[in-house]
Amino acid sequence: MASADELTFHEFEEATNLLAETPDAATTSRSDQLTPQGHVAVAVGSGGSYGAEDEVEEESDKAALLQEKQQQQQPGFWTFSYYQSFFDVDTSQVLDRIKGSLLPRPGHNFVRHHLRNRPDLYGPFWICATLAFVLAVTGNLTLVLAQRRDPSIHYSPQFHKVTVAGISIYCYAWLVPLALWGFLRWRKGVQERMGPYTFLETVCIYGYSLFVFIPMVVLWLIPVPWLQWLFGALALGLSAAGLVFTLWPVVREDTRLVATVLLSVVVLLHALLAMGCKLYFFQSLPPENVAPPPQITSLPSNIALSPTLPQSLAPS
Amino acid sequence: MAEAEESPGDPGTASPRPLMRDLKAVGKKFMHVLYPRKSNTLLRDWDLWGPLILCVTLALMLQRDSADSEKDGGPQFAEVFVIVWFGAVTITLNSKLLGGNISFFQSLCVLGYCILPLTVAMLICRLVLLADPGPVNFMVRLFVVIVMFAWSIVASTAFLADSQPPNRRALAVYPVFLFYFVISWMILTFTPQ
Repeated sequence: MASADELTFHEFEEATNLLAETPDAATTSRSDQLTPQGHVAVAVGSGGSYGAEDEVEEESDKAALLQEKQQQQQPGFWTFSYYQSFFDVDTSQVLDRIKGSLLPRPGHNFVRHHLRNRPDLYGPFWICATLAFVLAVTGNLTLVLAQRRDPSIHYSPQFHKVTVAGISIYCYAWLVPLALWGFLRWRKGVQERMGPYTFLETVCIYGYSLFVFIPMVVLWLIPVPWLQWLFGALALGLSAAGLVFTLWPVVREDTRLVATVLLSVVVLLHALLAMGCKLYFFQSLPPENVAPPPQITSLPSNIALSPTLPQSLAPS
Repeated sequence: MAEAEESPGDPGTASPRPLMRDLKAVGKKFMHVLYPRKSNTLLRDWDLWGPLILCVTLALMLQRDSADSEKDGGPQFAEVFVIVWFGAVTITLNSKLLGGNISFFQSLCVLGYCILPLTVAMLICRLVLLADPGPVNFMVRLFVVIVMFAWSIVASTAFLADSQPPNRRALAVYPVFLFYFVISWMILTFTPQ
């Protein structure tokens, strides 16, 4: 087919450019056209992405992306297909991005390697939703387990924590990238070289980096304080490392001072989020005059302990 | 069945819609949810009365007493309502953005009707809570909620999964899982004051 030939021809040119970019993130003039104003213009009718097999997904990704960017006009923001372009991901792609965020590597830029300039909104949105609900549920569950150990604690469903969790997680995951993106654009100023990441790419970076907090929060159910701090530190380290490795290629062209300050602020905000979650949702519980963890975390074996789930059910 | 294709509450209809016929249509869809088969009734003749009835019932049963001034209690009526409808709309939008070929109201209809098993679980939990409190009480409620949660998921994916291309099915089904999980959690942690 003629179209297949055209695709492969483009691919050879562009693939080498993309591969050359990845290791050192330096840019050529070609990349200016690769990152237009703000958004990836992927047409809705890209039916090719539905049928793409995994092994040719890489080539069809790059080739389709380039062809469409050159040919298609971006739909207006009032049309539904504009927003559909941000959800143009498959299950395997989302899982691959999550894996990429869990295992950050120094030379391995998340945006270039995993997002491949096709950010999506599915990951950030649903990871934030999951994290918010998991926080509220496990925080409540911690109270349940504490009440089983110490009946003087009053149990309540604490439903308002769902709202608090939701608002704080979503604000963090959308406002901080906005501020970061704005700051980077301001610093880049009139430089026409590789621009900073687009807003959506920044949102993606932050959204996927929050994924590692989900298992961390679930593991915080184990009521051993030093273990909780250990898990917290591990997760924070992974998450912050991912952020730093991804942002480093962009900020290192700036002065050392600005680069260090920016990266420290990013890590600090992330740490504050983790600490806030720990302190608000997992409030300090009675000291350890309790049975060892394996007994506590399995509900059925607590039959011998004092009853019951809701304190207020006692006949009054 | 021909009139079922009009939108509900169609203004300008000459004769009033018989109540019994509508109730029968709602009841028929309840049966389809309880025994999920590959039929198209829920999708073809969608209506939002069933979801509304279920949502109001669930919210009424879940709300904390107005006399209970405790800030820490369970959800208010409005909170349950918002979670159910907002959640259903979000899942529907997500499904459409991923490229699913189901209409907006059809999806809302399916998600709303599939709350039926969880509403039944809420009723059972309230009855069980009248008995002696204790770990056995909790285990019974946990078992019932888990079974009904699984039933809801199976029922809704039976209707919704086909509308997505195969390589995105998991992406579309996961939010449904999260939605019913949150509702199940609200039911399980319900404590009458």
